[in-house]
Order: sequence, then C-alpha cells, then structure tokens
Amino acid sequence: MSMLLEVDGVSVSFDGFRAINNLSINFGKTELRAIIGPNGAGKTTFMDIVTGKTKPDEGSVIWGDMNISLLGMSESRIAMEGIGRKFQKPTVFEAQTVRQNLAMALKNPRGPFAVLTHRKTAENARKIEAVAAEIGLADSLTRLAGELSHGQKQWLEIGMLLAQEPRLLLVDEPAAGMTVEEREKTTDILRRAAQTRAVVVVEHDMEFVRRLDCKVTVLHEGAVLAEGSLDYVISNPRVIEVYLGRADA
Amino acid sequence: MKNTFIAQNPSVLWFLLALGLFSIGVTALSEVSGVGVISTSFVKVLGKMLCLCLIAIAMDVVWGYCGILSLGHFAFFGIGGYAVGMWLMYARTEGIVLESLSTQVIPPTPQEISDAIGNQIFGVVGSSDFPMIWSFADSLFLQLLMVVLIPGLLALVFGWLAFRSRVTGVYLSILTQAMTLALSLYLFQNDSGLRGNNGLSGLQNIPGFEATSQATLSIAFFLASSFALAAGYVFFAWVVSGKMGSVVKGIRDNEARVRFLGYHVESYKLFVFTITAIVSGIAGALYYPQAGIINPGEIAPIASIYLAVWVAIGGRGRLYGAVIGAALVSLLSSWFTGGGAPNINLGFYTVNWTDWWLVLLGFSFVAVTLFFPKGIGGLFDYLVRKPQ
Repeated sequence: MSMLLEVDGVSVSFDGFRAINNLSINFGKTELRAIIGPNGAGKTTFMDIVTGKTKPDEGSVIWGDMNISLLGMSESRIAMEGIGRKFQKPTVFEAQTVRQNLAMALKNPRGPFAVLTHRKTAENARKIEAVAAEIGLADSLTRLAGELSHGQKQWLEIGMLLAQEPRLLLVDEPAAGMTVEEREKTTDILRRAAQTRAVVVVEHDMEFVRRLDCKVTVLHEGAVLAEGSLDYVISNPRVIEVYLGRADA
Repeated sequence: MKNTFIAQNPSVLWFLLALGLFSIGVTALSEVSGVGVISTSFVKVLGKMLCLCLIAIAMDVVWGYCGILSLGHFAFFGIGGYAVGMWLMYARTEGIVLESLSTQVIPPTPQEISDAIGNQIFGVVGSSDFPMIWSFADSLFLQLLMVVLIPGLLALVFGWLAFRSRVTGVYLSILTQAMTLALSLYLFQNDSGLRGNNGLSGLQNIPGFEATSQATLSIAFFLASSFALAAGYVFFAWVVSGKMGSVVKGIRDNEARVRFLGYHVESYKLFVFTITAIVSGIAGALYYPQAGIINPGEIAPIASIYLAVWVAIGGRGRLYGAVIGAALVSLLSSWFTGGGAPNINLGFYTVNWTDWWLVLLGFSFVAVTLFFPKGIGGLFDYLVRKPQ
C-alpha cells in the first residue's frame, strides 16, 4: 500500500540544538495515529515541518499519490494540498459566528478574487450544517465563536479542519483543558474522521491516547523511539526509561 | 445579490440617505442657489471634509478590518493630488502663455511656447525645463489615469516587498512611515520636478471653466466628492461583507490560522493595501482642487498619523465610524485652528486654541483609546441591537 505522507531522514537544528534528528515516519491513507513523547521530543517541530512553517536542514517529505515534495511549498499551498492543522491552543475567529468560521474553512477556491465574488450556495450551507452536526454545534451556527466554551472552541476548530476536507489531519493536544465528557466526544469525532482520512494526534495524556485505541509512535530527541500499539510501546524498556519512567518518578 | 447585500448591511442605506440629504441641504443653502447661508469657502471646507471621509474609510478597511496599521496612506492621497495638480497647473499656464503670446507679430514656435510655460511653472525653482514626469501633463485623461495607477503601483510594489517578507505589526507601520517620509523629503527638493516646497498652486482654477464662478465650481466639486464617498462606501461595504470580509477580519485576528486554512495571506493583504491606496489617490485628486494648493508638507508622516487618529476616534472596524471620526475631527480642527474657538483667559494664562487644539486632540485620542475602544461609532451599538 502506498503511503499518504512519507517523512524520510529529516533533520532540523535551531541554534545548534537538534530538534529533529534523522526522523523517518510514514502515514497511510486512512489511519488514526497518536504521537507521544516527552517535552522537547520534537512533536510540534515535526508538525511545523509537515505544514511548511519550518524548513528542514535535510531529508525529504513526500506527499500523496503523485509523490510530490512538500518542501519549499508555502503554508497555504500545503493546506490546499490537503493537510489540515489544529493548534494546541484553540484558534478560532472569535469575532465571527460559527457559521462564518466554518464557511471560511470550506473547501472552495482560495484566491482573493474568487473569494470576493463568492456567493452563498445551498450546497455550501448543507456542508456547513453537516460539519456542525458532526462537532455538536448544529444549534450554535449563529453564535459568535468567542461565546463558545473552551471545549466547543476545540470542536469548532476540528470542524474547520473537517470542512477543509483534508486527507491528513494534524491535531495538536486536542484534549487539553477538556472535561472527561468532552474528551469522549472528541475521541469519537477523531475516530470517525479517521475512517476516511489520516488523522495524527499529538497528545500528552495517556488516558486519551488509550481511548483513541490506535497505533502509537513515541518520539524522543527528534527521532522515533518505538512504534506499535500502546501496550506494546509502554512495555518497551527504552520508552519506560526516557518517558514513562521519568514521568512516574 | 443586491437585495441580500443591502439586507445584510442596513447601515449602507442609512449612510447613503444621510449623505444624500446632507449634499442636497448644502447645495440648497449655498451661494449657487441664491440663499447663501453657507459661504463658498465653507462649501470647500465641507467638500474637503468629504474627501477626508473617503480616505478615512480606506484607512478603516486596511487598519480596522485587515489589521494593517498603515502610516502611509496620506502619501497616496498626496500623489493623487499631485497627479491632477500637474494637469491643472500646466493647462492653466498654457492658456495664459498662449494669450500673452498671441499679441506678437511673429507667431511663436511650439518650442517657444513650451519654454514660456516651463519658465512660468518652474521659474520659482530656478529652472525652465520640463522634467520627464511632466511628459503627460498636457493630457487630463492620462493624468487622471496616474491618479489611479501611481498609488496603485506604489502600493503593489511596496506591499509585495513588505508582506512577502512577513513584516507585520509595528514594524510594518514604521516601514510605511519611512516610505511616506522619504517621499515627502524627496518632494521638498527643488530638483524633484514638482516645484520643491512651493508645491503646486492655483489648483482651484479649472482650465476651460475660467468664466465659471468659484461658487459654482465649489458646489460641483462638493457634489463630486459626495458621489465619490458614496461610491467608495458602497464598494468597501461590499468588499468587507461576505466571505472576503470574513477572511480579511480573520487575518486581523489570527493570521496563522488563516494561512493554515489554505489562504495565501500575503495576496489578501496586498489586495486590500492596493485598493485602499487607489481610493486614497482618488480622494486626494478631489481634495486638492478644492484646497487650491498642494505642497510636500501635506504628505509628511504626521498627516497619516492624524488619519489613524480620526479612524480610532470614530471607531475602527465600522465604515460609518471612520466617516464620523474624519468629519468631526477635521471640522473641529478647522474651527479650532481657524480662530473659530474663543480663547479662554485664565487670568494668569490665555488658552490659545490655535496652539492648544493639538493637545486637546491628543487627550481625546488617549481618552477614546482607554474608555471607548470602539470609538464614537461604538455608541450605535447601544441604539441598535445587532440581529444575530
């Protein structure tokens, strides 16, 4: 099976500090993957590289069926290629309504002139309602995003990613600051999303990762330390040493 | 489309209604109608005020909606003024020169005519040659094209360089201010080809309309300014409504999020920066024939800072707020600095408003920023509940 995203031998240094060290990691077309690792393991830097925010010093990032390189593409171009990214802190447009937030994210032409002459269509309205229903905000379409609770903002942001119709979803700590109930709902949304696309979740919270019930990649010092089921990786002695051992201490 | 646009922006209709009534009222009370309650010079003040309102809404779009605090939009305004001023000055001087030469026995050669016009215009800076930038000064059409093209191209090139390098926030403000200062300093030079610090003058005399009274001309320009403001208002209201408005406001509030949604943020900023620069140029082209004179001092960075102050006082992020701010502050400014406000004698010190107006304006700016961040326009929120 050909891969959706192949990151191969990527390294990047900041002022001599090697944040990513010869990292190789692959994602299939429909899979749910959790990436865990201690602070400074390079989880966020990895996302920065894939989404075009950071240029790696070496290595390759190959994307899609046509095997195109993502290196050198702008952030917006990569987003148009089908990679959506959710930030750690919920970032929605608080001064605008939920509907406007979702409408902006919908997969439509992104150029200034196309947007200027954009007209509302029933098709788009239907898509917005479908996404809103998926994230549990169907009744809140006319509310300002700033009025939403923390959990709802996180869902709205996930909803905006879904509206983009990406093939790969990078989600940074979606469960941070959520109640137990909200976490369950977030897990459901992510697992459903992963049925038709690749979803990569960076998470600190072991319970949340366990609930996702998926393949886990452990990063350490900018490289893959172990990969497999959660039970497999947490029984790996090296993982225990660098990560869990330290966390328990 | 029209229906939904107006339905979603009821303030546009109210604004057009108010502007229409204001224009009819001023015309009816001017010297043209015979009533004469409003003097010709005050009609010019009001006409200029409308032009300032036009550049203020452009500033509101670029700053209040898109979050780019440009301190350079008055430079575009000035360029518009210079572009139209060159034709006004050339055509009028040509008329005078031709008339004086017509009495000569031997008909003058085109070279002699050109030299005489050059002497008239550039004698003041010790020159008589036409600089290259005056090549099209004899064509009203081409100079009007410049009103749009030069601010547009300058904004496009400058904006492309600045936005592409991801210069944002206060650094971008400083950069735009530097551009304004550089332009102003350049124009102050005698060999800039635009008469140095003398600037262009006599712009209130419109070639071809020598027989028309200033009263009529002032009303014509007043109504033209009113029309331009109305058109600009509808245009910008259309731009900032709908999806374009969503994206532009999104860039203001969280640029990175918009970028990761797949929008090329730099193109949007460039688009907004350029169209607002063009509208600023048009506003300037209508302003200076009413002011009668333009000199490099008009382009100095302080003018662009005032523009930001007007928009802040009127209320950022709402077009009518910018209009209110520009109208109110520019009228108050001409009242205070024109000797309209009575001096206050405190016994030990006399408050002379010509000097103290700026202090008052400064305090108002601070007060608005601290206590009414939404500006005067924000008061409308108490009157009208937004339908959500």
